[in-house]
Amino acid sequence: MSPDGQAASCPAGTATRGAYTIRGSMHALSIRNLRKTYPNGIEALKGIDFDVAPGDFYALLGPNGAGKTTAIGIICSLVNKTIGTVQIFGHDIDTDLAAAKACIGLVPQELNMNLFETVQNIVTNQAGYYGIPRRKALQRAEQYLQELRLWDRRHEPARNLSGGMKRRLMIARALIHEPRLLILDEPTAGVDIEIRRSMWDFLQRINAAGTTIILTTHYLEEAEHLCRHVAIIDKGTIIENARMSTILRKLQREVFVLSLREPLASAPVLPGFEAALRADGELEVAVDADHSLNDMFQALNDRNIAVVSLRNKANRLEELFMRLVEGKSAGQAEAAG
Amino acid sequence: MNLSLNFVALKTIVRKEVVRVLRIWVQTIFPPAITMTLYFIIFGNLIGRRIGDMGGYDYMQYIAPGLIMMSVITNSYGNVVSSFFGAKFGRHIEEMLVSPMSNATIILGHVAGGLIRGLLVGALVTVVALAFTRVEVRHPLITLSMVLLSSTVFALAGFINAIFAKKFDDISIIPTFVLTPLTYLGGVFYSISLLPEFWQRLSLANPILYMVNAFRYGVLGTSDISIATAYAIVLLFVVVLFAVSLALLNRGIGIRE
Repeated sequence: MSPDGQAASCPAGTATRGAYTIRGSMHALSIRNLRKTYPNGIEALKGIDFDVAPGDFYALLGPNGAGKTTAIGIICSLVNKTIGTVQIFGHDIDTDLAAAKACIGLVPQELNMNLFETVQNIVTNQAGYYGIPRRKALQRAEQYLQELRLWDRRHEPARNLSGGMKRRLMIARALIHEPRLLILDEPTAGVDIEIRRSMWDFLQRINAAGTTIILTTHYLEEAEHLCRHVAIIDKGTIIENARMSTILRKLQREVFVLSLREPLASAPVLPGFEAALRADGELEVAVDADHSLNDMFQALNDRNIAVVSLRNKANRLEELFMRLVEGKSAGQAEAAG
Repeated sequence: MNLSLNFVALKTIVRKEVVRVLRIWVQTIFPPAITMTLYFIIFGNLIGRRIGDMGGYDYMQYIAPGLIMMSVITNSYGNVVSSFFGAKFGRHIEEMLVSPMSNATIILGHVAGGLIRGLLVGALVTVVALAFTRVEVRHPLITLSMVLLSSTVFALAGFINAIFAKKFDDISIIPTFVLTPLTYLGGVFYSISLLPEFWQRLSLANPILYMVNAFRYGVLGTSDISIATAYAIVLLFVVVLFAVSLALLNRGIGIRE
């Protein structure tokens, strides 16, 4: 047991958050040739490999059924793998499972708490499962429930909480043993914008304090805003894995929607750009990598078209994501044909 | 294994189970007391007066240890099966599965929860029995050890039932079609010496017979079977059921895909 009474040891890194001693090239998470075939024959993971560096904020993206939740389930020992290796801060889940588990905090996609239990008991019980004595657990519970604005509701059963509060409670529960790796599986699904933004701020703070975070989300804006690395998984294979900035640079074309001061009767001809008039009178202009926004405005000025405001038609990452996923499907169909 | 971690985790599960039992006392503690009061009134008082002595004791005295043991067994089983299956059904079993505590700790914590509820209900039924008859414990050590061992056996059996259960029906099938018949045929209400020889021999295959009789021996000093045999059988069940529970949990049967 460590001096502060925390028994859930995540050794090797001699962890105190924000001050890790990292052994050699050890990753926060390292996955090699991970495969999962369910008893019904569905091959959810077809041999994926990826590493997450300590301190990273990592997005694992993919369409529904891509294999994200299966991968997370295996990392957290909720799903048995078929083959492959998973190491968490150097601890192999096959040979050093308890130490590996002690390093992870999980916020799952589905609610998985006893709704009849009080908010405080849910987090203190979780601390107990990690060997944290009750006195220490109560102190930590106050800290995290305060931070996640649930302290006033601590004596209420979890079923009395709103959807957003339940999600925050799952985050507090996942953090109670102060894990070095926090995995969040769609933590902001169904949460309103204000709470989502406050959750983003909170996650950025704990990441800045040293916690490695892996996030899956359907809100690609969320991934773009928070994450420094991204892996895109589709049909059980990783189809992209790079720094967020590198991935976004791959975007060869962006489409902007312009509000115009004077309505146009038809789409203007803008040399070097594709322009289309929308039903609501706004103008869509596609800008490829060879042109800048200045070029576009120059072309509009030349035609005396005044622009009031401008926005992206789609989130940049969303656009790339769709292109990658659809491109892969088309490629597979071609190969099959 | 990190012993201090697992000790704290064990205390946490036990605390959680006690909180659960007390939170829903109307479902967990109260009904067995009512049921056993009815047994004492109907079987002990009304019908028992016509039956006369059994094993040298009046009928009420004779059935009291059996009824206490019956309530301990059913409540130990019921607590673990409903708590663990409830955790599976509500998916909050994942709280334990993602943690570094050992599978043995998960089993021991739930068994302890079953033991505590079994003993609480057993104590309450004893108080009820005292309102109807005298209960003098002849062999306290045998009485206590047998109630603890029997409670452990059925808490473990409840745990295995919960592991395999996929729906709520599955946690009532075993208690209804196996546990209750075995309990009723386990010598709670009669001495097996009253049965024809064939049925006497068949009764010896019923593990509950050994528990009830050993417990009755502890309380009254009378038993249909050898106490040493009873201890051997009950201990064997504890070891085998714990090993089976641990193997199932280690393989993730019923809890991991």
